[in-house]
Amino acid sequence: MAKSNILARTGNEAMAEAMRQINPDVVAAYPITPATEIVQIFAGYVADGLVDTEFVPVESEHSAMSACIGASAAGGRAMTGTSSQGLALMAEMLYVASGLRLPIVLADVNRALSSPINIHCDHSDTMMVKEAGWIQIFSENAQEAYDNMVQAIKIAETAKVPVIVTTDGFIISHGMERIEILDDSVVKSFVGPYKPENYLLNFDKIITVGALDLPDYYFEHRRQAAEAMRTAGAIIMDVASGYQKISGRSYGLLEKYKLDDADCAIVAMGSTAGTAKVAIDNLRAKGLKVGLLKPRVFRPFPKSEISDALKNIKAIAVMDRSDSMNGQEGPVCLEVKAALYDKSLNKPVLDYIYGLGGREIRLDEIENIYNDLFEAIKGKSKDKITYLGVRE
Amino acid sequence: MKELLEIRWHGRGGQGAKTAALLFADAALASGKYVQAFPEYGPERMGAPVTAFNRISSKPILLHSGVLNPDVVIVLDPTLMEGVDVTEGLPQDGAIIVNTNKTPADIRKELKVPGSMKVYSVDASLISKETIGREIPNTPMLGAFIKATGVLDFKEMIEDTRHKLEKKFKSKPEVIEGNLKAIERAYNEVKS
Repeated sequence: MAKSNILARTGNEAMAEAMRQINPDVVAAYPITPATEIVQIFAGYVADGLVDTEFVPVESEHSAMSACIGASAAGGRAMTGTSSQGLALMAEMLYVASGLRLPIVLADVNRALSSPINIHCDHSDTMMVKEAGWIQIFSENAQEAYDNMVQAIKIAETAKVPVIVTTDGFIISHGMERIEILDDSVVKSFVGPYKPENYLLNFDKIITVGALDLPDYYFEHRRQAAEAMRTAGAIIMDVASGYQKISGRSYGLLEKYKLDDADCAIVAMGSTAGTAKVAIDNLRAKGLKVGLLKPRVFRPFPKSEISDALKNIKAIAVMDRSDSMNGQEGPVCLEVKAALYDKSLNKPVLDYIYGLGGREIRLDEIENIYNDLFEAIKGKSKDKITYLGVRE
Repeated sequence: MKELLEIRWHGRGGQGAKTAALLFADAALASGKYVQAFPEYGPERMGAPVTAFNRISSKPILLHSGVLNPDVVIVLDPTLMEGVDVTEGLPQDGAIIVNTNKTPADIRKELKVPGSMKVYSVDASLISKETIGREIPNTPMLGAFIKATGVLDFKEMIEDTRHKLEKKFKSKPEVIEGNLKAIERAYNEVKS
């Protein structure tokens, strides 16, 4: 690795760097903390002539996604970035983008939703749109944020399914870390030119986009979109394998850390997965067999891979950085439980709602979760939902 | 050096605590280390007490929780010590470096730190005024920090900083020389 490819970058800078190398046709965006920097830095690249992108500074996130939809339908490669309330305002158009099978890539910096108003990290924003038909890829650190962005454009265009790549607000978006980037030419040839099959500006093959779809065909089109999501997992794996060849870094639908011989496991996404790895090393040094399962891809949900990875674990804790406000478990825990049920795996699964609104998650708190799991193996506190570190 | 070194910077909004942490991370990266630099985001007001953090290691850093027990604390503004417990979480063998014209013995008395902790002082405000022409204590504090802890090779760091400043301030050679001089003076003038 050449020294010039090793940089100290924040998550936002890393994502903007990936966007520069991808050089999309259109970026339409509206600023929102803590994602502003991504498109702000990118706007600088546009102003400096480092990219060929048409930058559209719109008046709202709803318009940002609308402009991306227009650009993508016209045949362009379109990207944007947002967070929290911005993603909420985009929600209507997110469904339009996925329904039209437009391969837009969105960098979302995970932030809590109002109210009360808060600018810090939790996963409520992307969880709110988990049914929007967008692939969702979570990043543990700035390196993964960069790597995921480069892969996302290729995944989206191959699957014809839009992709959200996330980072944890402030923790990763504003935290500077060592990252390794690829050469511009390597990224350029990896993503390749965008060649849409059908697009509005192709005057040799005129199409209609967004037509009324009544009971005679709507169902078939939704079925196709659902199938595209179902089969996207294989495409994500293909793209990861190509990316491994150019970067040396390997990615899957999920990552296992010291999981195979573990008695107890935590399931966690985003930056907390890194802290959990340190907790695991500490506990392993004391002879405790503990491990981690980190879903990298949350949509499509890697159901069978997750139940396979957890099949020999005696007790599982799922860490949910959001609450579905549904009177039961958080979103990740519910889906992990469903995956286990399908394989007839009946074991204690504890849910930990944590870190809402940026509440700090400490190493000792994660180590305590493993202690709870060893208790759960003995038959205590099975199926418990814990609000970790909250005052009540 | 410890396998993982954790640093906490104390400053006031606008004084460059975050920038100092970022600069330091960049310098440590250039010497082949793994780094993290992150601020604590509270209410962002000019003059309000702020903190920023570094982690530095020869191995990849996986930890993404806050720094609770820093090995080194750096205080950019000595007036902070009246209202903020700058030694909070500092272990018995920790070190604290303060930008002040007082002696380390005075600071030790003021903060009531035990003899096992190391206390350093340097007048970074004066140095920055004399070398850069403005009060920017964060740049010289880098030099004091390296002298006090020995975590980076000083010559290597100066060369790397020169290289970076030359890129950034092509048309202002006086800025480059001023900053380098500030780091060098603090390196030489820090007292323990």
